[in-house]
Amino acid sequence: MQILINNSDGVPIYEQILRQIKEMILSGELKEGDPLPSMRILAQQLRISVITTKRAYEELEREGFIESFTGKGSFVRSKSSELIREANLKIIDESLAKACDSAKKCGISADELKDIIDIIYND
Amino acid sequence: MASTFAAEIKNVCKQRKDFKIDNVSFTLPSGTVTGFVGKNGAGKTTIINLILDVIKRDSGEILIFGTDNITHRTEIHEDIGVVFDVIGFPETLKIPQLDRIMSGIYKNWSSEEFRNRCKEFDLPEGKKFSEYSRGMTMKLSIAAAISHKARLLILDEPTGGLDPAARSEILDIIRSFVCDDEHTVLFSSHITSDLEHIADRVVFIKNGKIILEEDIITLSETRAIAKFGEDMLSVISPDEITGLRKNAFGCEALVSDREAFSKKYPDVMLCNASIEDIIVFSGKKKGDAAK
Repeated sequence: MQILINNSDGVPIYEQILRQIKEMILSGELKEGDPLPSMRILAQQLRISVITTKRAYEELEREGFIESFTGKGSFVRSKSSELIREANLKIIDESLAKACDSAKKCGISADELKDIIDIIYND
Repeated sequence: MASTFAAEIKNVCKQRKDFKIDNVSFTLPSGTVTGFVGKNGAGKTTIINLILDVIKRDSGEILIFGTDNITHRTEIHEDIGVVFDVIGFPETLKIPQLDRIMSGIYKNWSSEEFRNRCKEFDLPEGKKFSEYSRGMTMKLSIAAAISHKARLLILDEPTGGLDPAARSEILDIIRSFVCDDEHTVLFSSHITSDLEHIADRVVFIKNGKIILEEDIITLSETRAIAKFGEDMLSVISPDEITGLRKNAFGCEALVSDREAFSKKYPDVMLCNASIEDIIVFSGKKKGDAAK
């Protein structure tokens, strides 16, 4: 498991942790029931405050990706990869709706649009 | 059952010759690292001494792990590890001698733990403390402070006067200490990057009064630096900004409620405030137009 923090990124550190853990769940690197490192160990290793890792875990829990048990730690919840998949599908839906909108405005056909997607997808 | 707070300081007053600790209240929740900030002479060391009951308070209450720090002074001193910015040990001593002395002072002193820490911190056993560098002295003080099963570690300027490498080492040691969630740390520092890298919370003291006690994330999310032209000064009320700074080309000030402010003044530029910004601006008077 790898978590890399960018200190010069404008993104808050807890958010960077959140995103990277979500990516690991989605890619299958973290599977249902897998334990997450303890908040304190993660903070120590990344050289950040405990409140930062705590915040990341709280968000993950609130969004339904992990569950925490006092004294035992935090674990990846079942169906969490589906949740992320759904969230991503929603983002894809929205971005494609925008793309279709722009395509229609200048008379680009659905086929042409699909070609563009093919090119970008295989890039 | 562990108490929720490692320390509760309630309405503490102390009259000193030239200044006073004025109705000070704050808490140290168990398992947290609190950065204690304020100018030299603001009262940080006095409060640490009041917590240790080295100085007697005039009024108020101080609870350490739920018990009064005066009536249970001896037990409490077992629970607290303290590191001051000057070395507290005779300079002619070496590690083995200090080990023997400390084992006579603390009931829970662990020679094994102390010796292991000294090795881990690369402290030379055969040298007198007078030959130690400042960084080594600081590491020695911390090793001694945490080798008697202390649950609360108080450090007064542990990183002051250290080079960046030594400072980072000290912060790593503090981080290892709080890997145990029943361990709590209070440390004073002027180095705001230390706070950003390790503190969960900040307590800010000014002229003997606590003017801010908050967790770091809430602090950076709610605060902002507003930048605007001088014409806006007639519109923005002085209560809405702190530490106004004017220059020939514009004004800037700290905003405490970023959301409300941006709703009320959508055209005013708001920038993220660093801990350093918050401390600098909060240190000024409300609406004070300093140059």
